[in-house]
Amino acid sequence: MSLDLIKYIEEPHPLTGITNSKLAMWLFLATEVMLFGGLFSAYIILRVGAPDWPHGSEYLNVPLATANTMVLIISSVTMVMSWASLAMKSLPKFKFYMTMTILLACVFLVIKYIEYSHKFHLELYPSTNNFFGIYFTLTGLHGLHIIGGILVNTYFLLTANKSWAEHPKMFTGRIEAAGLYWHFVDLVWIFLFPVLYLL
Amino acid sequence: MSQDHHHQELGFIQKYIFSVDHKVIGVQYGVTALIFLFLGFCMMMLMRWQLAYPGEEVPILGGLLGSGWLPDFMSAGDVDASTYNTLGAMHGTVMIFLGVVPLGVGAFGNYLVPLQVGAPDMAFPKLNAASYWTYFAGGVVMMLGFFMPGGAANSGWTSYPPLSIFASNGQTVWLVGMVLLITSSLLGSVNIIVTIIQLRAPGLSFFKLPFFVWAQLVTSFILLLAFPPLEAAGVLQLMDRVAGTSFFLPTGLVQSNMPLEIAGGGNSLLWQHLFWFLAHPEVYVLILPAIGIVTEIVVNNTRKPLYGYKTLVYSGIFLGFMSFLVWAHHMFMTGMGETMSDFFQVTTMIISIPSVVVLTVLIITLWGGSIRFNVPMLFAVAFLPMFAIGGLTGLPLGLTASDIYFHDTYYVIGHFHYVVAPGTLFALFAGIYYWYPKVVGRKMSSFWGKIHFWGSLISINLVFFPMLLQGISGLNRRMYDPTFYEHGASIQSLNVIISYAAWALGLVQLIFILNFFLSIKFGKKVGDNPWQATTLEWATPTPPPHGNFLSEPTVYHGPYEYSVPGRTEDYLPQHVQA
Ligand code: HEM
Ligand SMILES: [Cu+2]
Repeated sequence: MSLDLIKYIEEPHPLTGITNSKLAMWLFLATEVMLFGGLFSAYIILRVGAPDWPHGSEYLNVPLATANTMVLIISSVTMVMSWASLAMKSLPKFKFYMTMTILLACVFLVIKYIEYSHKFHLELYPSTNNFFGIYFTLTGLHGLHIIGGILVNTYFLLTANKSWAEHPKMFTGRIEAAGLYWHFVDLVWIFLFPVLYLL
Repeated sequence: MSQDHHHQELGFIQKYIFSVDHKVIGVQYGVTALIFLFLGFCMMMLMRWQLAYPGEEVPILGGLLGSGWLPDFMSAGDVDASTYNTLGAMHGTVMIFLGVVPLGVGAFGNYLVPLQVGAPDMAFPKLNAASYWTYFAGGVVMMLGFFMPGGAANSGWTSYPPLSIFASNGQTVWLVGMVLLITSSLLGSVNIIVTIIQLRAPGLSFFKLPFFVWAQLVTSFILLLAFPPLEAAGVLQLMDRVAGTSFFLPTGLVQSNMPLEIAGGGNSLLWQHLFWFLAHPEVYVLILPAIGIVTEIVVNNTRKPLYGYKTLVYSGIFLGFMSFLVWAHHMFMTGMGETMSDFFQVTTMIISIPSVVVLTVLIITLWGGSIRFNVPMLFAVAFLPMFAIGGLTGLPLGLTASDIYFHDTYYVIGHFHYVVAPGTLFALFAGIYYWYPKVVGRKMSSFWGKIHFWGSLISINLVFFPMLLQGISGLNRRMYDPTFYEHGASIQSLNVIISYAAWALGLVQLIFILNFFLSIKFGKKVGDNPWQATTLEWATPTPPPHGNFLSEPTVYHGPYEYSVPGRTEDYLPQHVQA
C-alpha cells in the first residue's frame, strides 16, 4: 500500500462527512476551549474570592478595545471571503482577502501594543494585582494565538500559487480549516472584551 | 508496493531519525520512553538507599554524583533532604510523563493503531514526527534542571504552590518541559483520533475494532480534554514565578519571618483543582492502554472469543467519561467543604464499578479456555490480580472517613504503585514481548523472559506490599528520614527489606534489557503471525514496510474469532473471508 493511499485528505469521509484536516481542526479547537475554559474558571475563582476587584473600565481603554473588536470581526469576514474566493476558483481574489486578513490582524496587534505600553507607562504590571495579572495573561495568550494565525496565513499566502496549481481541493480545505481557527480566535476575544473591559 | 521503490533512496537519517513512518516513530517513542523509565528507576534506587540507611553515604555513586558537576545534588555524598525532594519529584514526573504515557500511547498507540485499523500510516505523518520531537525536547528541557543551581524540580510531581512558586529555577524548567510535553500529547492524540475515525479499512466498523484500539481512542480523548487545563495552570504558575503575579499566592504569606512583597489575593487550592482535573484522568491514561494490551493478549492465549466485548467497550467509555468527575478526591484534606467531599466520594465509588466490570470480563474470558502460558500471557495474567489490589486499596482512600487516616502515608504510595508498577508496567512488558516479533522478526527468549517475569513478580510485591503495611502504621510519605519519628523508627526494618527487594527488581530488569537487545540478533526467527492471532497487524509482512499492507485489507469479522466451529485452524483472521 503506498502512502498516497492515506484517504480523505481531499474528499470527505462518506460516513463522517468531513475531511481529516477538518476533523483535526475541530479536535484542536476542543483543546483550545478547554485551555481558555481553564483560564476563565481561574478568573472566576480569583474574582469571586477577592474582597474587591476593580471595574475593567476604570483602568482599561474601552474605546481602543472596541476598535479592536471591530478590527477582528472584519478580519473574520475577510477570512471567509478568502475561502469563498477559492471556492469560486479565483486565486487573485483569494490573495487580496488573505492579505487583508493578515493586515487587520497586524492592526489588532499594534493597537494592543499601544494599550500595553500605556499600562507599563503608568507602572501597571502583571504583578500589580490579580486583575492586571489575569488581564495580561489572558490577552497575552490571545495575542500569541493571533501571531500564530498570522504566521500560518502568511505561509498559505506565500505558497498559494504552487498549492493552488497542484492540489486545489486540498488547498481550499486547508484555508477552510485555517478559517475555523481564525473565527475561534475572534470568538475568544469576544469573550475577553466584556469580561475584562466591561464587567 | 510497486510505487514505493523511491523510499529506498532515503538515507539513514531520514529513514531512522527524522522519519515520518508511524512505525519508526513508535519505536523512537518506545526506546526513548524505556530510557526515561530506566532513569526514573535509578532515581528511585537512590531514594531507596536513603530510606533504608538514612544519612549514610551512598556507596560509589555518592562519590561520582556528589563530586559537584551536578550543583546542589548529593553534595556530601549522601541523599540529603533537598536531594531527596528533587529525586522524589523527578522520579514521579519522569515515570508518568516521560516513561509510562509515552510508552503506552506514543509507542504502542503509534505502532499498532494504524496497523490494527488497516491504514497505511497515521492520518498526519508529519504531525506525528513533530509530536515525538516535542516530547523529546520536553524531556531534555526537564532534565536540564539537574544542572541548575538548586537542582531540578523539588516540589513533588504535583508542584503545589506556594512551595513551588518559591522553589529553585528547576521548577521553571519543569513548567516549560510540561508545556512541551502537553503540546506533544495533544498533537499525538488528535492524530490517533482522526486515524481511528477516518482511516479504518473497508468493513471495519467500530464494533469490529480490537479493544486495544478502543482503549487508545478513549485515552486520546482524555488527553485531549484533560491536558489543556493543566497547560492553563502551568502558564499561571509560570507567571507567578517569572512575572511576579499572585494567582496562587494568598495575602499575608510570610517567609523566614518576613512578610513577602507580593500583591497576594491568590488561591493555592485553585492550582490543586486545575492540577487534579488533569491528573486524575491521567490515571486512566496510564491504565487504559494497559487494559487494551492485556485484553489482546489474554484473548489470543485463551483461544476463545472475548466474553462481553461490548460490555468492555461501554465500560471503557464510561471510565473515560467518569474520570473527569472524581478529581477532588485527592483534596479531601484541604478543607474544601463537606458538600464537595460528598459529591466526590459518590463519583469515586461510581467509577470503581466499570473498573470491576473490566476485570470481571477478563477473568471470565479466562474461564474454561485452553490457556497458553507464554511470556506475554504470564505478564498479562499477573496484571489482573495486581490491578485488582491497586484498585481495591483505593477504595478506603476514596472515602473521607478512612482517608483522614491514610492520607499522605505510604499506604497511598503502595496503592497507586500497585496500579502503575505491577499493573501498568507488567502490561507494557506483556505488550513488548507480544509485539516484538512483529517489529523485529524474531522472538525474545522465553527462558529469560520467564526468569524476568517470576523475578519481577516476586520482588515487586516485596517492594509494594510492605508499603501498605508501613502506611497502616502511619509512616508519612515524602519524608527523607523515615526514622525521624518514633512510629517510623520502630518499623524501619521494613524499609530495609523493601530496598533489598527494589535492588533485586533492578537486577532482574537487566535480564530484560539484555534479552531485548540480544534478541534483535539472536532471537528465534518467526513468521508473520507467530501467535496465530486474528487482528490486522498480523496480516502485514514482517517487519511491516513503509505503507504497511501489501494491498488494502478488507475486514469480514470481529476481532476475536477464536475456535470458530467448522474450521481446521482454531482462529479466523479479520481479513480472511470464511
Ligand atoms: C517499579 C518500581 C518503583 C518503585 C520501587 C518506586 C518507588 C517509589 C518511592 C520510594 C517513592 C517515594 C515515596 C516518598 O518519599 O513519598 C515513589 C514516589 C512516586 N512514584 Fe514510584 N516507584 C516505582 C515505579 C513508579 C512508576 C512506574 C510510576 C508511574 C507511572 C511511579 C510514580 C510515582 C509517583 C507519582 C510518586 C510520587 C512522587 C511525589 O511524591 O511527588 N513510580 N516511588
Ligand atoms: Cu484520582
